[in-house]
Amino acid sequence: MRHIISVILENEAGALSRVAGLFTQRGFNIESLTVAITNDPSLSRMTIVSSGSDRVLEQIVKQLNKLIEVVKVSDLTSQDHVERELLLAKISSSSKEGANIKELVEIFGCKVVDVTDKVYTIEVSGKTKKINAFLDAFDPSSIIEISRTGVTGISRGKKLI
Amino acid sequence: MKLNGAEILIDCLQKEEVEYVFGYPGGAVLHIYDALEAQNKISHILVRHEQGAAHGADGYARSNGKPGVVLVTSGPGITNAVTGIATAHMDSIPMVVISGQVPSPLIGMDAFQEVDATGITRSCVKHNFLIRDISEIASTVKKAFHIATTGRPGPVVIDIPKDITIAKMEVEEYPATIEMRSYKPTIKASDRQIKKAAEMLANSKRPILYAGGGCIIGNASKELREFTRMVGFPITQTLMGLGTYPMTDKQSLGMLGMHGTYEANMAMHGSDCVVAIGSRFDDRITGNLEKFCPTAKFIHIDIDPSQISKNVVADIPIVGQTKQVLQALIDQMKDKKLEDISSWWSQIEEWRKVDSLAYKKSPGVIKPQTVIEMLYEVTKGKAIVTSDVGQHQMWAAQYYLFDEPRQWINSGGLGTMGFGLPAAMGAKLAMPDKDVACVTGDGSIQMMLQELSTMLQYSTPVKIINLNNGYLGMVRQWQEFFYEKRYAMSYMDALPDFVKLAESYGHMGIRVEKEEDLKPALIEAFNQKERTVFLDIVTDPSENVFPMIPAGGGHSDMLLAGRDEMVSKDETDFNAV
Repeated sequence: MRHIISVILENEAGALSRVAGLFTQRGFNIESLTVAITNDPSLSRMTIVSSGSDRVLEQIVKQLNKLIEVVKVSDLTSQDHVERELLLAKISSSSKEGANIKELVEIFGCKVVDVTDKVYTIEVSGKTKKINAFLDAFDPSSIIEISRTGVTGISRGKKLI
Repeated sequence: MKLNGAEILIDCLQKEEVEYVFGYPGGAVLHIYDALEAQNKISHILVRHEQGAAHGADGYARSNGKPGVVLVTSGPGITNAVTGIATAHMDSIPMVVISGQVPSPLIGMDAFQEVDATGITRSCVKHNFLIRDISEIASTVKKAFHIATTGRPGPVVIDIPKDITIAKMEVEEYPATIEMRSYKPTIKASDRQIKKAAEMLANSKRPILYAGGGCIIGNASKELREFTRMVGFPITQTLMGLGTYPMTDKQSLGMLGMHGTYEANMAMHGSDCVVAIGSRFDDRITGNLEKFCPTAKFIHIDIDPSQISKNVVADIPIVGQTKQVLQALIDQMKDKKLEDISSWWSQIEEWRKVDSLAYKKSPGVIKPQTVIEMLYEVTKGKAIVTSDVGQHQMWAAQYYLFDEPRQWINSGGLGTMGFGLPAAMGAKLAMPDKDVACVTGDGSIQMMLQELSTMLQYSTPVKIINLNNGYLGMVRQWQEFFYEKRYAMSYMDALPDFVKLAESYGHMGIRVEKEEDLKPALIEAFNQKERTVFLDIVTDPSENVFPMIPAGGGHSDMLLAGRDEMVSKDETDFNAV
């Protein structure tokens, strides 16, 4: 099962490679990983999407907690949360879909952020499913290039990680 | 007062009350050596290879419980130490390793003797640091010792660029304590879990205690003994736990696992309640997990939460220090009425009668088991015994009945050949009044031979018991059993004359070829209080370690000496490691 794991860790050099190294070392699966500093600049927040059985997930959380620089680990999937992913996609303007790009942008509630004579650059944010659905709406030949951030998430309401 | 980085570092080590530093100089650590030379509180042991430094510090730490300290240079200095660091990591040994690094501006430029030390050691340390500024030295050293020695202990590497060791700054007070928001190991277990465990224990009809290295590292032997005697349960110990409970005691079933005793393994197999205390259900303990303890519930006590339910799902997990948890269990169970387990004990006594460590002597050859039994006799069971890795290690574990913690020192987790000799040197430095024996084999001893030279320089008299069978015995044993006796590369054709070799290093060497010469040679060796003695003992090349659970087998699938069939035969998967 897919899990979104949120990790608060010291904003120090090497902390990212410790986490990434842990996943390869123990054969844990990583679908995506994002990291950036938090409102407390001495801390970073990392969001990892992984999958595995409950036992594997339990180990992932425990092993992450064991890393000296990790302050807190939480499995967002098991609680009320909001998750988002950002996609930037370059679509050929001469393609069939390119021709009615405005319509698609409206349907998906996304934005055209850049236009050149041959290319539209579109920004889409939402759950992974929405991003996938957006990409599925195009013929693969009309998609020139994409860049996805991977999932980031946060728990709902007053509850902190 | 202004001090340079090297002086600050040495000052920090003094404040940590470091007695010995095991190390080897080189370009990147020359300032540190200069500062080390200018003081006399810390003694430096100049090893002959950095791996020997790490194992030496490790042997020191295992025998007295204080953190071992290592100092190596950049590049090959730290890479040579990696095996020793990984060895300490697998067995949770407190250690602080200081490695020199090329000057900060050269980092990443492929400078001479540059390696990414923190990158290379990341997966085999508890934590590591790269110091970026002179002002970080004191707090980093404080953190390193704190991390290395608390919670589940382990090695910590501090990589320090050369320019930082010569930069100067006004000295600050060395911090007395350190708070880390991201590192707070659990010490005290939850009362609720203790109560639940006590309830389960009181109601179990076939309980067994399974104690591991965590009881030794956690200094919990006293509490373990009190608890075990109070409840009257049988107890088995892992390779890492030997001595935490006296092996000569009637409640002790000896070691369990791949080469464990029949009674220990059968009792695990038949138990209804297994209490793992500072042990981690290693594959050498469990054998085939599908066949492991089919009727048992598990209580798992460990300070490291990630060990719990990793290999075996715990019914009652207890996270906490073994010492504290055992004391809490004693308090909780003092007045509890326990189930009558006399029929369980009668069953165990039946298993004991199988006498699984019995072996046949044959005329004209020395049996390796006899050597260990005689070593036990001559040292009255009081020596610190270190070992290398292989058959000799198992025989030492089986036939030397350890009664005290920190008496048995071996590389259990990583299985590092070459560990024994430098570890014996470290143990002798830590415990100068104790006899120290290094049980080794002709394969293992050659991996760290050069430390004989260090042992002469620092007068660390150790007795080397070399079980010389001309083979890499454990490899040979597996090839005999599982590779139709195709002995690929397990025979060593050109062994040195170990007696002359020992003599050339300034030590004493004795070769023993006949059993009648064995005891006098051992007595002679231990009478030489001031000298290292190398006993090269020619042993039966065809002897195997029994009992044995073949890979893929369960605890009831043991091969016993002199019996061609397994005691109970199950389908086994020999492809398992």
